[in-house]
Amino acid sequence: MKAFTYERANTPAAAAMALAAQPDAKFIAGGTNLLDLMKLQIETPAHLIDVNRLGLDKIEATPEGGLRIGALVRNTDLAADARIRRDYAVLSRALLSGASAQLRNKATTAGNLLQRTRCPYFYDTTKPCNKRAPGAGCAAVGGFTRNLAIMGTSEACIATHPSDMAVAMRVLDALVETVAPDGTTRAIPIAEFHRLPGDTPHVETTLRAGEMVTAVTLPPPLGGLHIYRKVRDRTSYAFATLSVAAVMLPSGRNRFAFGGLAHKPWRVEEAEKKETPAAVAEAVLAGARTTPQNAFKVPLLGRVLASIFAQAKASA
Amino acid sequence: MPDIPDPPKTDNPLDEMSILGDPTTRRVFLNQVAGTSAVLALGSNFLSGPGAQAAKSSTAPASAEELEVRLIINGRETKLRLDPRVTLLDALREHLQLTGSKKGCDHGQCGACTVLVDGRRINSCLSLAVMHEGDKITTIEGLGTPAKLHPMQAAFIRHDGFQCGYCTPGQICSAVGMLGEIKAGIPSHVSADLLGKMSASDEEIRERMSGNLCRCAAYSNIVEAVREVAGGNG
Amino acid sequence: MKFDTPAAANPIDRARVIGRPTDRIDGPAKVTGTAPYAFERNDLAPNAAYGWIVGSAIANGRIVRLHTKDAEAARGVLAVVTYENAGNLGKAKAHTARMLAEPDVEHYDQAVALVVAETFEQARAGAKLVRVDYAPGKGKFDLAAEKGSAIKKDSENGPADSAVGDFAWALARAAVTVDATYTTPDQSHAMMEPHATIAGWSGDQLTLWTSNQMIAWAVRDMAETLLIAPEKIRVSSPYIGGGFGAKLWVRSDAIMAALGARAAKRPVKVALSRPQIANNTTHRPATIQRVRIGAGKDGRIDAIAHESWSGDLPDGQIETAAFQTRLLYGGANRMTAHRLATLNLGEGNAMRAPGEAVGHLALEVAMDELAEKLGLDPVQLRILNDVQHDPEKGPSRPYSSRKLVECLTVGAERFGWAKRNPKPGQVRDGGWLVGMGVASAFRNSPTMDSAARVSVDAKGIVTVETDMTDIGTGSYTVIAQTAAELMGVPLERVTVKLGDSKAPVSSGSGGQWGGNSSTSGVYAACMKLRGELAKKAGLNADEAVFEEGQIRAGGRSIPLGRAAGPEGLTVEDKIEFGDLQKKFVQASFGAHFVEVGVDAATGETRVRRMSCVCAAGRILNPKAARSQVIGAMTMGVGAALMEELVVDKRFGYFVNHDLAEYHIPVHADIPHQDVHFLEELDDKSSPMKAKGIGELGICGIGAAVANAIYNATGVRLRDYPLTLDKVLAGLPPLA
Repeated sequence: MKAFTYERANTPAAAAMALAAQPDAKFIAGGTNLLDLMKLQIETPAHLIDVNRLGLDKIEATPEGGLRIGALVRNTDLAADARIRRDYAVLSRALLSGASAQLRNKATTAGNLLQRTRCPYFYDTTKPCNKRAPGAGCAAVGGFTRNLAIMGTSEACIATHPSDMAVAMRVLDALVETVAPDGTTRAIPIAEFHRLPGDTPHVETTLRAGEMVTAVTLPPPLGGLHIYRKVRDRTSYAFATLSVAAVMLPSGRNRFAFGGLAHKPWRVEEAEKKETPAAVAEAVLAGARTTPQNAFKVPLLGRVLASIFAQAKASA
Repeated sequence: MPDIPDPPKTDNPLDEMSILGDPTTRRVFLNQVAGTSAVLALGSNFLSGPGAQAAKSSTAPASAEELEVRLIINGRETKLRLDPRVTLLDALREHLQLTGSKKGCDHGQCGACTVLVDGRRINSCLSLAVMHEGDKITTIEGLGTPAKLHPMQAAFIRHDGFQCGYCTPGQICSAVGMLGEIKAGIPSHVSADLLGKMSASDEEIRERMSGNLCRCAAYSNIVEAVREVAGGNG
Repeated sequence: MKFDTPAAANPIDRARVIGRPTDRIDGPAKVTGTAPYAFERNDLAPNAAYGWIVGSAIANGRIVRLHTKDAEAARGVLAVVTYENAGNLGKAKAHTARMLAEPDVEHYDQAVALVVAETFEQARAGAKLVRVDYAPGKGKFDLAAEKGSAIKKDSENGPADSAVGDFAWALARAAVTVDATYTTPDQSHAMMEPHATIAGWSGDQLTLWTSNQMIAWAVRDMAETLLIAPEKIRVSSPYIGGGFGAKLWVRSDAIMAALGARAAKRPVKVALSRPQIANNTTHRPATIQRVRIGAGKDGRIDAIAHESWSGDLPDGQIETAAFQTRLLYGGANRMTAHRLATLNLGEGNAMRAPGEAVGHLALEVAMDELAEKLGLDPVQLRILNDVQHDPEKGPSRPYSSRKLVECLTVGAERFGWAKRNPKPGQVRDGGWLVGMGVASAFRNSPTMDSAARVSVDAKGIVTVETDMTDIGTGSYTVIAQTAAELMGVPLERVTVKLGDSKAPVSSGSGGQWGGNSSTSGVYAACMKLRGELAKKAGLNADEAVFEEGQIRAGGRSIPLGRAAGPEGLTVEDKIEFGDLQKKFVQASFGAHFVEVGVDAATGETRVRRMSCVCAAGRILNPKAARSQVIGAMTMGVGAALMEELVVDKRFGYFVNHDLAEYHIPVHADIPHQDVHFLEELDDKSSPMKAKGIGELGICGIGAAVANAIYNATGVRLRDYPLTLDKVLAGLPPLA
């Protein structure tokens, strides 16, 4: 871990100003991903701004009938919130399937969204990685790819986004609220928040320089049956080999988002119009680029969808 | 309840093994001893006794970047000056001699470093000490001592919920934190009904404890120990 | 004390303390966090500096140039140790690769430097400033590709090859045959405590507080590496956070800490970081195994062959995967063979039940395949081929004791095996396909000479000192039980001091020999002490009964402390094992029964029930022994379902080298585990009449899981680990 200076910010404005004042500054909240990466010098901020005391830890109803989740709401608290459990069960389920209780107690909503993508080569600084050193090349291509992406990949990067929470937020069409150093705010649809790698895989989100996530807003509840199915070799405390966030609606206009497939939570709205799981799977996976190690994700996705359709039918 | 055995008869005659090294080092060592004379005299009690604040960092050259932080550890206020890079885990282990919290991976992948912060279990390896200004931290040393075990510690002994013992403090802190989470109605991945009452069933315990790896794999026994304590607490 | 004839009735047989389920005496220290592990001896080396190892970025080649100036100039850095300034180093005979690249690099993450600094943070950051120019070599990393060039090499535990009768002829004439190839991956010990050492010099005297299973070997290997006399080295390892073979020999943490302490002129603490462990230290090597079995229609095996290929660094060793096949089942015509390929991955070496753990993964699935072809119940097939002597040597070399058949029958009963549907893919429970599997468990029970010093003080407190280690195995407790039993005192009046090289040399912990051997050493010392106490008290030693803190003989009763006298009495003795291991096959046995559920949609396998019946001689502490068995079973479930060090054959290293990517089982993977011990006393094994139990549980369990997956799904997998993608490939389409 490179030496850094540290300060504690007490208001969002002070945090934004502190960030602007220091070229290599980063916010730290839960720290569960950032410190992991700093220890390996994959992240090397010169200055840390502790944002834990900004008060962004409330979950409030919106006038539209949705919920506004403060950026610093801990994953445990979000999953356990009575309104989330009742009206957005897919989000609660997704959160609870992620990491461990200890990590969920620490990790924040914004931190979860902003966690770096996963790839064992990204984590090993002796190997080339376009994320760590743009232009260095990608060691994962042609390497151990079993857990890596098959959708939206590029020659430069095939890493996957590890978040479960973000997959559920994607299926719920959440909005990510931000504030810029000049005080302007905006709401970014979650679909546009994470980027595909393209030839700049080191840029993982569409956040602008100095911009800070302040909240995530959920639209009014969709109703329906909420399912989060996480497939993994180990029963718990493992990243998804594949995950599916599903909201099964009586209208038949179901929604599906996928984890473990791509550099971002993966959702193909067009595919949701299809009536059979096989047709949905085919449309979701259009353009898949697989390796012999991860090609199994293609049939797996179809089978998981089939079991979700069956579950929805059984509970109807 | 079966008798809890006396504290271990496993002490090693290692006091004479203290390394004195070259004269300069020796001076540092003697100064340390002089400054914290309770250390050697108190033996293992030192770990939780009044000498616990004997800051290891006092031997290191003062650094301009060091920051002061005030922690309330096991009910006692403790002030430290620390390099901001020092994790909460290393502050406990290397600066406060509270070595009960273990470093198994240092990356949030094993749970051996689990402590309770304001009652909540976290991985102390993935948290900077300076971020915990004013926080109440409970470590394994704060739960109980060999002479006065916490019920969870006693249950781990009775059910042989450990072997090598290295993940054990983390398992125990985690188990204590977990029962609090169940009591608070926090659901888990295996809770069939997200809106129902949470219970400490075996399946729930297993899922909720899965952030604590045990390679000796006392899992089956740990579940029995935790279940017993959960039952006892109604 | 020599042990070269079977044990007669002896004072251990009273079994008032020994053999009782007993809480660990080190329990209170461990559950309160007050048991000090190696890196925690700040009380003894309070001024220690911190060292961080820089590992090689290449797998194979040579260091061309080291750039250490930036690191040396960094704040807090006290020294940077590399081969250029480390002085002359030897290579311990026990080490396959050197602990410091000098300048040849033998594997990825081999130590190339140690950065010593005032603080941990400074050392870790300083290490990142060391730059190394390498001339990469061309390594070999693909076992399958190197199989053809593999050579025959004997193991120190037995020859590479064995043959009896005419295997090829017998196989050709057999009514039913199986010929299958199985592969097992490289695996990591992944003990929870990373390798860690504090080293300090006092003049030319080196002290190491380290985490090590074999104290005397540690002294020897340090001496051979540092080229100093063993007498100059003191090793202390009273608490070890797991080893499973990874800590049988000192690793780079110990060597580099010693070199760092010499350079910095003060004690230095070094722990390997978790991401370094898989590549820097040892691992269980991958294997390719071919098993061929020929049987008559009645199920009797007439031909059996097991061949294994594994890899290691040059001058490395074979993984003895076929050794159990030499002994487990009958059959007149047999052959086994081991071949060793050169691979430039880290050092392949012992991990819990080396050889047998992976050997069973092949043999015990082959037995399941044979049972199916024969239309026989797999339990029955194993019973039918039981043998009570070494099948290679014949009846002249019987088993010392062997209760495999009873393990199988009792286990089948406890588990409800009769309910199994022999036709695969028939049982559903909601979305789960449910199946049951069985496997035999066989593990050699070696013994090692072991010494101990036992004393009684004037208060009647018994103290045992031996360099034996407790790596979670329960050594503290079984040794205390042994001494309490023999000296006739309650457990609370026994103090046990372990893991110090100043104490008599014990068996150490490894190869599941530790419990039986080290308690036998304590037995020898206690028996000698009993004799001397009786003599001192003027009692007839042969008649004397030690109980309730008294020595009783001839109507007299003398308190132990008084017999010892004001100065106390101390003796030392050693158990020396004769040739009973040659005359008798000594092994422990078990039977594993497993029920799995396989998700019909995803192919995810989850273990639902597990049961193991063991016969391992006297069970010294059923509580701790059970824990050893469930722990080994769990490790075996990991081997079956998830554990694999993935080799990147381009760069030549294990890619998934941390606990986020190398999966070991978690709580949620493991159901309640049923373990049952059969009554057995083995008088040929030792005066304790015990056998090894620490590694038995991992033998066969993974095969039972594989067989249960087959029973659940009809998918026969031979390529471990049995991950969902492999299961999925064989599952029928969803209805």
